[in-house]
Amino acid sequence: MDTLLHLLLLLVILLNFFLLGSSRLASCIRTTAFQGGILSLLPLLAHGFSGHTLFLASVAFLLKGIAIPYLLFRAIRQVHIRREVEPLIGYVPTLILGTLATAGAFIFSGRLPLIPEHSQSLFVPVGLATLATGFLMLISRRKAITQALGYLIFENGIFIFGMLLTEAMPLMVESGVLLDLLVGVFVMTILMHQINREFSTMNTDNLTSLKE
Amino acid sequence: MNNMENNLLALLLLLPFCGSVLAFSMPSDRLRPLLLPLCATPHLALTFLVIQSGRPLTTANGWIGVDPLSRLILPVISLLFLGCSFYAVGYLRCRIAWGNRTFVGCLLLFLSAMTLATISRHLGLLWVAVETTTVASAPLIYYNRNRLSMEATWKYLLLGSVGIALAMLGILFIAYAGLAGGEHVSLQLDDILHGAANYSRPWLRAGFVFLLVGFGLKVGFAPLHTWKPDAYGEAPGLVGALLAGGLTSVAFLALLRTLQIMDAASEAVMAREAFLAMGLLSIAFAAVFVVRQPDFKRMLAYSSVEHMGILAIGISVGGIATFGAMLHLINNALTKGVLFLAAANIHRRFGSKKVADARGAISLVPLSATLFLLGFLAITGSPPFAPFISEFTILQGVFSNGHFVTGGLFLFFLAVIFIGMGSTVLSVVFGTPPEKTGTGYENYRDTFATTAVPLIMLLLIFVLGVYLPDPVRHICADAAALLEVRP
Repeated sequence: MDTLLHLLLLLVILLNFFLLGSSRLASCIRTTAFQGGILSLLPLLAHGFSGHTLFLASVAFLLKGIAIPYLLFRAIRQVHIRREVEPLIGYVPTLILGTLATAGAFIFSGRLPLIPEHSQSLFVPVGLATLATGFLMLISRRKAITQALGYLIFENGIFIFGMLLTEAMPLMVESGVLLDLLVGVFVMTILMHQINREFSTMNTDNLTSLKE
Repeated sequence: MNNMENNLLALLLLLPFCGSVLAFSMPSDRLRPLLLPLCATPHLALTFLVIQSGRPLTTANGWIGVDPLSRLILPVISLLFLGCSFYAVGYLRCRIAWGNRTFVGCLLLFLSAMTLATISRHLGLLWVAVETTTVASAPLIYYNRNRLSMEATWKYLLLGSVGIALAMLGILFIAYAGLAGGEHVSLQLDDILHGAANYSRPWLRAGFVFLLVGFGLKVGFAPLHTWKPDAYGEAPGLVGALLAGGLTSVAFLALLRTLQIMDAASEAVMAREAFLAMGLLSIAFAAVFVVRQPDFKRMLAYSSVEHMGILAIGISVGGIATFGAMLHLINNALTKGVLFLAAANIHRRFGSKKVADARGAISLVPLSATLFLLGFLAITGSPPFAPFISEFTILQGVFSNGHFVTGGLFLFFLAVIFIGMGSTVLSVVFGTPPEKTGTGYENYRDTFATTAVPLIMLLLIFVLGVYLPDPVRHICADAAALLEVRP
């Protein structure tokens, strides 16, 4: 069980790097969906099979692995955009920054005052690294859709960290969190569609009229 | 808690929610806006029933409950929403061709989410409610469907979502602090307050910082306020009023919950210093940007940043200033209602919210212009309006606790803001009207539907300014007592 868990968490990190280096939107969305799918297995592997974990896993799988990617695919189909060209920070620099952040996450989590049971856990470093990846995508990309993906990956990082604390999060709240994520992405995709119709591009560079 | 009170709280939440579902499924654009006052009126009545019972109410599992802080904020948002709902009926009648299904539905959903946030006693539930307010209010900001509102909405949605995600991280850290401190892991507020003394310090402090940044972004403390002028500037006036008076109060409540936890863990000093820094920075930023502000709705947004800063300062110095801050929360919400609704009328008349185009409102829309002017005097703390009393109380607390530098800066920035806002407001109200406006709304005149609500709100803050009724005083004092540091 534990080996599989570690393997999956390392896979999450690899997917982070893939996301930072890829310019094709469709494969970015697919990767995010794949990452979401992997995350939905974590509660089962980390805490065993119970009503709570089964429910959480299936809701997470349905939303992170299927519904949200579906919404995003629909958005790029509507707006005929395939690639993220000219990110604010190039692919190689973001990859390097991502590597540094991941290394930093591992070093930093070694120093955190974790309780003894968690001191060897990969949840903390992987969660932090995923948070950093999401943040990097948020600030380095121009397209509305990649920014939304950055937000999703950021949320994935929090979800991983939350694995340490499933008992604190009642099911209702957990489902509320995921539902809010879904609706948030839904509103974002509608907005992307409008941005594209108005500017004939989804670049958020055009969204700079409001300033002092 | 007996059954009836339980039902009362459920009704309070379900009423606007069902209204929202009904609004989305209703076919008629003409009748739909009527749902707003139809839901808001019983909501206010229920709110009064809830706050009347003196005991603290909590449901069996302790997730939902009414404590003195909820007793303060619930009537504020309910009253403000009621006012805005009557205004909305008149407003949406003018814009019947624009459609209002999403607008009305999201408004009611927004009310439901704000209600849930004020009465939730579980950090996870509070988070869900605050995030729902973001999602529900984004379509409201986008109502005008133009490039600028698109930009404002995108920034609001993305920044709001990321900010609230940081708050979630903060909540998890707090829970982890409990785990590392050997306490029972729970996110129920009373459990946390009960065990906070044993919580692990590093995690608790880290959690506080993330919560301060996350919810502070929703409150709009500088330098996290960048979405605010855009959103308030581009949203319809009544949405601006609800965001500036309602949503900020709810987000501030979330911060106060954090403060309660820090107090219980005897970490009050650090928390209060952070509040003070955020508060002073917000007032300073507002003072810089409000001077020579060419757009009067953006000016109001900076005024909102300023008043959130004032609240934070009041909370941080404690003592009588806490009471002042609680009172100021009520006053700020009502005054922002007056200002945004009056500004919306002026905006509509001129078809522009730039001071260069919108001048001399007093001769064209005399009542709205007067309301705007009086609202400005009220918000900048001129007597006899209520914000004067609350700002004065806060200032008194600041000086009596020996924070002379803070007090001096506070007064200086307030004076700068008064002058800065004054020059903008005076040219909007008294300037020479432009030759032509050419917007299609030249026929717009002040009507009962668009001026009655801000007028009543202005009367309320006038009354609160000359005479503070005992129930209001008690509500503020009880709320303040909850935030006092017990040695």
